[in-house]
Amino acid sequence: MNTEVTIAGVTFKNPVMTASGTFGSGMEYSDFVDLNRLGAVVTKGVANVPWPGNPVPRVTEVYGGMLNAIGLQNPGVEVFVERDLAFLADYDTKVIVNVCGKSVEDYLEVVERLSDEKVDMLEINVSCPNVKEGAIAFGQNKDALYDITSKIKAKAKQPIIMKLSPNVTSISEMAKAAEAAGADAISLINTITGMKIDIYKRQFALANKTGGMSGPAIKPVAVRMVYEASHAVNIPVIGMGGIQNAVDAIEFIMAGATAVAVGAMNFHDPYTTVKVVEGIEEYMTKYGVEEINDIRGIV
Amino acid sequence: MAHKVKKAAKVLSQRQIAEGIFDMWLETTIAGDVKPGQFVGVYPVNKSTLLPRPISICEVDKERSAIRLVYRVVGSGTAEFALYEPGDFIMILGPLGNGFPIEKAAGKNVVVIGGGIGVPPLLETAKRLSMETGDNKPDSVSGVMGYRNSDGFLFDEFKEYAQMHMATEDGSAGVKGNVIDAMRQDQVKCDVIFACGPMPMLRGIKAYAEEIGAKAYLSLEERMACGVGACLGCITKTKEIDHHSKVHNARICTDGPVFDADDLDM
Repeated sequence: MNTEVTIAGVTFKNPVMTASGTFGSGMEYSDFVDLNRLGAVVTKGVANVPWPGNPVPRVTEVYGGMLNAIGLQNPGVEVFVERDLAFLADYDTKVIVNVCGKSVEDYLEVVERLSDEKVDMLEINVSCPNVKEGAIAFGQNKDALYDITSKIKAKAKQPIIMKLSPNVTSISEMAKAAEAAGADAISLINTITGMKIDIYKRQFALANKTGGMSGPAIKPVAVRMVYEASHAVNIPVIGMGGIQNAVDAIEFIMAGATAVAVGAMNFHDPYTTVKVVEGIEEYMTKYGVEEINDIRGIV
Repeated sequence: MAHKVKKAAKVLSQRQIAEGIFDMWLETTIAGDVKPGQFVGVYPVNKSTLLPRPISICEVDKERSAIRLVYRVVGSGTAEFALYEPGDFIMILGPLGNGFPIEKAAGKNVVVIGGGIGVPPLLETAKRLSMETGDNKPDSVSGVMGYRNSDGFLFDEFKEYAQMHMATEDGSAGVKGNVIDAMRQDQVKCDVIFACGPMPMLRGIKAYAEEIGAKAYLSLEERMACGVGACLGCITKTKEIDHHSKVHNARICTDGPVFDADDLDM
């Protein structure tokens, strides 16, 4: 049985990753799971300087999931390198750093700062719905996406993954724009913009009014988009959105994903990532799948 | 810090002790590691829910390997918990957070102050304070609890550990008004405060502590997702740049829930 997958020349021991923003840099979850068991740890978004994020409440539960509007709070790339990357260096897992910014220059500063660090890939966050400037502004227009992708690709030492927003008319068009601009891979979906109103307090549940929806309820939307995107481009697709277990993960792989990421479910069960790894192995054994790649896009 | 786990706990007992307030004992292996002021995440079984409900630990019984949760039914998740009966199992994540710094009360007049559903974690806190000996022993242990009305849940249980004072909003028992009114009226001796309750009460306590030159340690509450410090959902504003965030935000679930009032920008 071989669970290895390769994306842009980087080989992962298995296709299971963490979804950015739901796992910190792995430190907090290392109390629960052996990070060495994961294909990759995808870190929380990091910018050139510390970001304070949004006011609270930042999170709220909704039926089958949650809304968040953290606003990409992060300590800035310098602290991230010294603390988070140093922590991850001790583990036998791949490291993918999620990069955010308010301007193209911000992104480039982070990308350049990380060029000589022990980072396997960069995931470029052009799809966070919770910050006013940058981020999603680059991810909802294919020309803007093409522009930022090509500029980052020109400077990046590591392969780049463009993380796409589901809040677009055509995910295929966005995927094609990222590929045409030189992206090595794409990941999707980021959260779906949502809203919740507290009828007793007569106010928004989140201080930011809107938030990104994640959790099991968004999975069918994510599977459909992964299917469409993977048929639109030739670069690898990393699929995510509501994965609870190995069954869900395999569904994404059959839709066309080379790798998958576990997000909000970490909050429900901090052991989810490793359970998904083990579940995929059990499935492969039981159904005689020798290569995980053999079932990719099989539908 | 104690090892955090998510695992099933067995319900030993459950009863309603006031309007909308439930009292549940759980048998769990984490009991031995719990510090007063820590909390657990409790998971509803309902599949439409995702997140653990943060509930403070009211009391610990190490002999029975049990923890006590006294909680208010505020939504569908806690409404589900209220239906649990002895022998049922419930998933919990914990112990979470830092707890009250009991050692800061050594040789001092310490006051535990609770408001509403902020009262429960102070019971174990008062118990531990009363058990301190030698140089660690507080000079005195007092308690001031604020309630909406005379139901005064848990109040009598505190009497074993502390000199108690009550405030009620409707004046039906104790001092009419809030916990600060009771502190003033009853002239409660106070060098150190451990408090948990609604934000307006905590702001008032911070101001009162500054006025009388006391130290205050406040337990905060906020909407949480992960409970373990990863998601950055439950932050509070801090005066200085926080060591972890590098901005003026600390994580309530892991850097707190108990903070030195002097460190908070409330």
